[in-house]
Amino acid sequence: MDLITAAHVNSFLAALVLLTAFGMLVQRRIYGLINLFAWQGLFLSLNTAIVGYVAGKHHLYISSLLTLSLKVFLLPYILHVLIHRLKIRKEVETIVNIPMTMLIGIALVIFSYHLTAPVRELSAMITRSTLAIALATVMIGLLMMITRRHAVTQIIGFLALENGLFFAATSATYGMPLVVELGVALDVLIAAFIFGIFFFHIHTTFDSLDVDQMARLKEED
Amino acid sequence: MNLNPYIIELLQVLTLLGLAPAFVGWVRMVKCWAQGRTSAGLFQPYRDLAKLFSKEVLLAENASWIFRFTPYLVFSTAVLAGGIIPILSLDLPLASTADVIVIVALFAIARFFTALAGMDIGTAFGGMGSSREMMIASLAEPAMLMAIFTVSLANRSTSLSEIIQVIYSGQSVLRPSLAFAFLAFILIALAETGRVPVDNPATHLELTMIHEAMILEYSGRHLALIEWAGMMKLFLFVILGIAAFAPWGIAAKGSLLGIPEALVYMVLKLGAVGIGIVLIETGLAKMRLFRLTEFLGAAFLLATLGMLSFFILD
Repeated sequence: MDLITAAHVNSFLAALVLLTAFGMLVQRRIYGLINLFAWQGLFLSLNTAIVGYVAGKHHLYISSLLTLSLKVFLLPYILHVLIHRLKIRKEVETIVNIPMTMLIGIALVIFSYHLTAPVRELSAMITRSTLAIALATVMIGLLMMITRRHAVTQIIGFLALENGLFFAATSATYGMPLVVELGVALDVLIAAFIFGIFFFHIHTTFDSLDVDQMARLKEED
Repeated sequence: MNLNPYIIELLQVLTLLGLAPAFVGWVRMVKCWAQGRTSAGLFQPYRDLAKLFSKEVLLAENASWIFRFTPYLVFSTAVLAGGIIPILSLDLPLASTADVIVIVALFAIARFFTALAGMDIGTAFGGMGSSREMMIASLAEPAMLMAIFTVSLANRSTSLSEIIQVIYSGQSVLRPSLAFAFLAFILIALAETGRVPVDNPATHLELTMIHEAMILEYSGRHLALIEWAGMMKLFLFVILGIAAFAPWGIAAKGSLLGIPEALVYMVLKLGAVGIGIVLIETGLAKMRLFRLTEFLGAAFLLATLGMLSFFILD
């Protein structure tokens, strides 16, 4: 595979990552949301492997495999189990309506394109144009955390945000050192377990995962 | 003076008029097979049209000239659009006079007059159909233009013939922007031609009708013209999609020799697209009217993402 083809495939995968990010933003069903998250992980892992191949950085293969096992299989599985155990309602509840969220998402993409323009001028890497996409994915993850009402969907937003950060690391600097990436992967895994425990506690205390109820501090109104 | 382009233009309009009912017949036939029914055959739409043409026209007492004028206008805009979109060949005298934006405007004129005619008689269903049609139009047209702008940016022209020439010259490889625009185009085409997730073309229930509700008062040759124009619109949207995203097979320049080959390619592509339409229609249920904002919003989002990824990634 030569550089030009690699750059094309790379930007195509970046577009798919962005598409799945928007898909998560507009998805109404929670299982669909988790599946989209798994797809995003898959595109990310493929992209990392290709960048690793082109740049000749073999540690990227390891982080690609790590992404594949963690974000495509393990985390979606944990989330599925959680939703099943807690008998959560299957519909996602949003604070801002979906078309509005979409428009905000588009504005965020334009903003991150504008923000990364100087970096694009300076860099000579083949992945430089995907940096804007990575930043946009981070911001869309953040937007998802803000506009969702339930704890589970907020967590998926957080994980999507982490995907974006990982993507930014690969496209800006051909990946962080392996030790750092291993640490981050472990952190995410531990975070997922802690979220699970928190979900159980919130659920038993408030009988719902709606975080609005946590604003109420007193026992009775 | 070289007469070939004019002959090709004529052939193309005749292809459109002749094959549009067959394409609709094909879609209905495959749909029947997919649902385990016996189909009425490929030529049923021709029989329907012939029957309608032989029937008497019944006009409501208070029908104005708009009501009588609309079928002819709708029909002629469809034929005109068929003269501009390259169906068989790039070498069309009309193609240089108008670009894709004009084609969108032609369809918009037809839709505007159909909506007026729907309200003209003053029945409740006609007005309801018109208002729904206008709601869909107001959401679908921005998305459609956005998708067209993306394709035009990627191929550096808004004229379909030139877009195809750029694609033929191989400068336009697989691009994320075009993939997004293509997805958006599929959603918009489903909405514009009134296919299943948006409108059900075979419905007999007045409350769920959109396009059918507007033309409920038409009869005889008026109805035949509108039905025929509807078939041509579906045909043209498929051809427009093929021309903008996968034009391989269309005869490049001038000679009449490339026409049979182009015809074979076109029939093959239409057959495949027909099966695709049936897969979508049998796989999805008709959407609630108020969910359409999200459906067409998604189309707009995809088209906008296409345009953004043209600037970011290409």
